[in-house]
Amino acid sequence: MRFILGFIGSVFAAILLFSTISNLATYFQNPPAPLASEEFHREPKALHLQSDGPFGSFKNQAQLQRGFQVYSEVCSACHSLNLVAFRDLKGLGYNEAEIKKIASDWKTQVSSINPDTGEPAPRKAVPSDRFPAPFANEIAARAANNNALPPDLSLMTKAREGGAAYVYSLLTGFQNQPAELLKKFPDTKTPPGLHYNPYFANLNIAMPPPLTSNGQVTYADGTPATVDQMAKDVAAFLVWTAEPNVDNRHAAGLAVAVFLLFASILAYLAYRQLWHDAKRVVRVTGPLDPKNQAKTKRAKAKQGVAG
Amino acid sequence: MSFSWARPYEPKHPVMRWLDERLPLPRLVYGAIGGGYPVPRNLNYFWNFGVLAGIFLTIQIVTGIVLAMHYYATTDGAFLSVNQLIMRDVNAGWLLRYAHMNGASFFFIVTYIHIFRGLYYGSYKAPRELVWMLGLVIYLLMMATSFLGYVLPWGQMSYWGAQVITGFFSAFPLVGEPLRVWLLGGYAPDQAALTRFFSLHYLMPFVIAAVVILHIWALHIPGSGNPTGVDVKGERDTLPFHPFYTAKDGWFAAAVMLVFAIVTFFAPDYLGHPDNYIPANPLATPAHIVPEWYFWPFYAILRSFTIDFILPAKLWGVLAMFGSILLLFFLPWLDRSPVRSGAYRPVFKRFFWLLVIDVIILGYVGGAPLNWWRTALGQIASAYYFVHFLIILPLVSAFETPDPLPNSISESVLHGEEAEAAPAGQTRPRRGSVATAG
Repeated sequence: MRFILGFIGSVFAAILLFSTISNLATYFQNPPAPLASEEFHREPKALHLQSDGPFGSFKNQAQLQRGFQVYSEVCSACHSLNLVAFRDLKGLGYNEAEIKKIASDWKTQVSSINPDTGEPAPRKAVPSDRFPAPFANEIAARAANNNALPPDLSLMTKAREGGAAYVYSLLTGFQNQPAELLKKFPDTKTPPGLHYNPYFANLNIAMPPPLTSNGQVTYADGTPATVDQMAKDVAAFLVWTAEPNVDNRHAAGLAVAVFLLFASILAYLAYRQLWHDAKRVVRVTGPLDPKNQAKTKRAKAKQGVAG
Repeated sequence: MSFSWARPYEPKHPVMRWLDERLPLPRLVYGAIGGGYPVPRNLNYFWNFGVLAGIFLTIQIVTGIVLAMHYYATTDGAFLSVNQLIMRDVNAGWLLRYAHMNGASFFFIVTYIHIFRGLYYGSYKAPRELVWMLGLVIYLLMMATSFLGYVLPWGQMSYWGAQVITGFFSAFPLVGEPLRVWLLGGYAPDQAALTRFFSLHYLMPFVIAAVVILHIWALHIPGSGNPTGVDVKGERDTLPFHPFYTAKDGWFAAAVMLVFAIVTFFAPDYLGHPDNYIPANPLATPAHIVPEWYFWPFYAILRSFTIDFILPAKLWGVLAMFGSILLLFFLPWLDRSPVRSGAYRPVFKRFFWLLVIDVIILGYVGGAPLNWWRTALGQIASAYYFVHFLIILPLVSAFETPDPLPNSISESVLHGEEAEAAPAGQTRPRRGSVATAG
């Protein structure tokens, strides 16, 4: 049986090593052409938010409210926020009356039926509703957007490598195609209807630049609404929409960690006490411990035992 | 159980005596994980991971049952029930889900450490071959369960992972494609697949729990191994499991729970993939389809076969991937060395660490996008994996001269301190160190 298994192993290994050689030969004979999307793609810019890190929180409610304002006035024209309900806005510091007003003033109504006739009868949103989507369905969304589908934004910062920093970089990353790129890859001119953005995976994104000029929205708290500021604020807001209970999670995590730290220390002391009391103080690390191995060896040499 | 000095169960309370006479359940527990199970006294911390695996299985079952109460197994509802209902509206639903997600990863982490401990200390050797093989059955069941579970949120990676993994079956000639369609209940993952995956995902953990019982039962016949690999010779070599090892397992479990809590509460998505927060879309293939991290080494082996040699490359990849786990069932007969512990096998030890590095390389290659050097690295690492188990191990065990073994566990524990305390030839046992149990 060992011979059969050994034979199988050799076959696998031989095929693999042969593949390696043939692959490497192919690679060095015809190296694959470099791709524009590999050379010109950029990693997201650094972005620091209050919600970062193990103690991050949504305490910077002014920024979150500004981000919500950017979403309502700009992004929500095309992007849905399906997972978030108006009532969740309490987490941004709005009170009930404000939430009620935001819901009933929302530009899209909630689809519903007339309870008497059964006819479709859209109604105003109430706090218990989720944000109504700007388009009725995917076909409508594509028809209005040059056949591109604006993705739902609820989980955007979790669904992209880089999270909030990616959103911020993408929103501020629109630019003209670098001359260098066109010189090196003449075939990769951004097609009409797409927009060059080095933070997007294949460099050309269907979304036109949404934040185009400073002062596009007017912040109630007087913060100057530069493109950079608006991008930061909306990125912060989308971190909140992706997981509104981060504050809870961090607070609970801290309590659990402190509890477990004490529990393990106490349990460790109990363990030491138990093994000590029984006069069984032994080196539990075992023979892997080089100190113990050396000691055994020395003792054996002293006794004249070989090895 | 197996040693004559194992303490018999003596009920202290009349209720327990009454119960014990009718249904000896307390006796069973006492003999299995109580004071009635003598354990070698020299176990190191690598022996804690079996208990930890049991703890994580329990966590998975408890969190999973509650999650199932809020989950909808429909292609329209699955993503929303997880990301809207459970994550936002169910009380502490986010905690249940994150604990379940990361609990799966931690289950694999502790199981991998447990398996590599077995590989290093020769835990698969006689008389524990069945313990080892039952363990591998548990491992295979775990892989099936975690794959099924990863499909349930119905995100992009769920969907495309299901597509790729069930695609393995279509590599087999003739029966492959009909088999795949039969397993999925359709030509691609859809409602039929999701419903049955949910049903099986709920079933499997209980199958695992049953095999765990067999695993522990088989272990208790010869008793636990130990870092020297020397058999237990007498009572001075052992300590009762309770309280000595319950205390050691207890504090260590609390420390591991601390690490688990830190990941679950502060970096819950670290081990996951962002694409799974995008709802499944059969029309958009993700740029890099990767399985969960604990499958990366096997995924690397699968992808390493790039040329058609008699059989298509894909079939070679699938055969090699399944073979890489199945060969472990033959390990007790591939490694013929009578010495169990790698600590006394100088040549084996070097190859063991080479294998550890090899599997880490495979994991890295399996998780990263392919390019020319990663492909080559993965192929060499895959080749070494098979050569290691099927060629090197049998040869090493035939030609290696092992280091001298200690005469007994208690001698190895004392590390020659007896000899230091007295001139050679006049060794006397140190007081206390020979204290016997009880």
